[in-house]
Amino acid sequence: MELTEFFRYGFLQRALIAGSFIAILCSTLGVFLVLRRFSLIGDGLAHATFGSVALALLLRMSPLYVSIPIVMLCSLGILKLTERARIYGDAAIGVVSSLGIAGGVMLSSMAGGFNIDLFSYLFGSILSISEAEVYISIGLSIFVLLLIIFYYNELLSITLDEDSAKASGIKTESINTMFVLLTAVTVVLSMKVVGIMLISALLIFPAVTALQIARSFKAVMLTASLSAMASVVSGIVLSFSLDLPTGATIVLINFVFFLTGLTYRRIVKA
Amino acid sequence: MPIDVLTVEDLSFRYNSSDVLSGISFSIKKGDYIGLVGPNGSGKTTLVKVILGLLKPYIGRITLFGDDIAAFSRWDKIGYLPQHIAAMNPRFPATVGEVVAMGLLSKKQFPKHMNRSDLAEVDRILDLLDMKKLKNTPVGELSGGQQQRVLVARAIVNNPEFLIVDEPTDALDPEMRDRFFDIMQTLNKEKKVAIVIVTHDTGNIGRYTSKLLYVDKKIVFYGSFEDFCTSREITQFFGEFAQHVICHRHNQNPNCPPGDHGTD
Repeated sequence: MELTEFFRYGFLQRALIAGSFIAILCSTLGVFLVLRRFSLIGDGLAHATFGSVALALLLRMSPLYVSIPIVMLCSLGILKLTERARIYGDAAIGVVSSLGIAGGVMLSSMAGGFNIDLFSYLFGSILSISEAEVYISIGLSIFVLLLIIFYYNELLSITLDEDSAKASGIKTESINTMFVLLTAVTVVLSMKVVGIMLISALLIFPAVTALQIARSFKAVMLTASLSAMASVVSGIVLSFSLDLPTGATIVLINFVFFLTGLTYRRIVKA
Repeated sequence: MPIDVLTVEDLSFRYNSSDVLSGISFSIKKGDYIGLVGPNGSGKTTLVKVILGLLKPYIGRITLFGDDIAAFSRWDKIGYLPQHIAAMNPRFPATVGEVVAMGLLSKKQFPKHMNRSDLAEVDRILDLLDMKKLKNTPVGELSGGQQQRVLVARAIVNNPEFLIVDEPTDALDPEMRDRFFDIMQTLNKEKKVAIVIVTHDTGNIGRYTSKLLYVDKKIVFYGSFEDFCTSREITQFFGEFAQHVICHRHNQNPNCPPGDHGTD
């Protein structure tokens, strides 16, 4: 198939546009998550997304609209559990994560068992993304990216040392709240791209790949964004050409990028 | 009458219903250079965190430059040098320049983006500390002494009027330690920066500071070394030998005229 012919398909154009925006979004946020050792929040919120998607399907509503507020609430739940209930972040993520799965299974059971729709959200179906979903993905991605750009130095300062950030007058609690809410929105947007089961890969892989190569924070952000975008675009093209599952292809390409970064680092260090 | 840099009134802090600090009252004036000392677990770092608003006291009142800490907004007047930050981890990608620039955030309005004059300020402070050529090096790749200088640069890049330094010299060799204290001395003498240095190195602190704040859950002593060295209560608390060692080191302080202090 000619490349120009390939890009003539509307569903492929939509997938590539939405996927690219979400890739940049995930990788940018992922750098902060990985460096703050909070990377598994993506997994926890993804499991909460599973519950919210099951609820949406039960109510016959759009999973995107139902999931965003529910997963935002779950992200706040993780933050408050960590801050107030004196439990570690990973345990708080575990609590919300298992509740999400349990809720999803319960709701699916009430709806008469798992169906094809829920399966597509579990493993991603970016090739079936609708025009409305593309616009929402682009709009929310731009909104979240603008917030990250405006609060870049505050986020970096908190990532370096939260106490020093607070002692320099940064409202760390507000920034942390905003940060987990942005993560929640990002996780929900990503479910179409790689699926609920693989969302954390899109958050973690580009960041850890970039950390192998780049030597400054800005370079890490840029490398992670490029790596994520390249993985999503090549993953969509490759999966369509070879009839492979898109989400899994994107994750495996990310793994190849990571191995390349790791090898590069070893060669440079040697 | 000049406003005190810091006042602490009847401060208590509790953790799990037990007192970590109780009945703490003292004040710090412009140009004070104070050694905050005490044994392990005496509440030194807790006191620093309460002063900086990182922990809320159980009771008590704190003012910074005359404002209650809850309403205090001039964080650009404060410099804080913690023991350790994430950037010291070899895997953390931030460069020296990026870390030092974070010290300028307190004086910036939203959006807190850096401009050319900020970057020039970072260059100036790195130059002052002989670190300009390391500007683009990841902090995690530096030696312990160099990392400490990065933290010093970050703490003073904003030209603070009150500097709080937590256990600054633990990772430093004697030469680097002396260099660190030279920088502190210059800031204190030439710019009248009020400095609090937290340390458990009771023996050496007298060589550098002019006042001693000894905390062991409450204030055991707060005052000048002259008073410390002649106090009979302190002799009873520390023992004559320990008091002698501290005061002997203080007499080696080049800023204190010899023979001024009683016990040596």
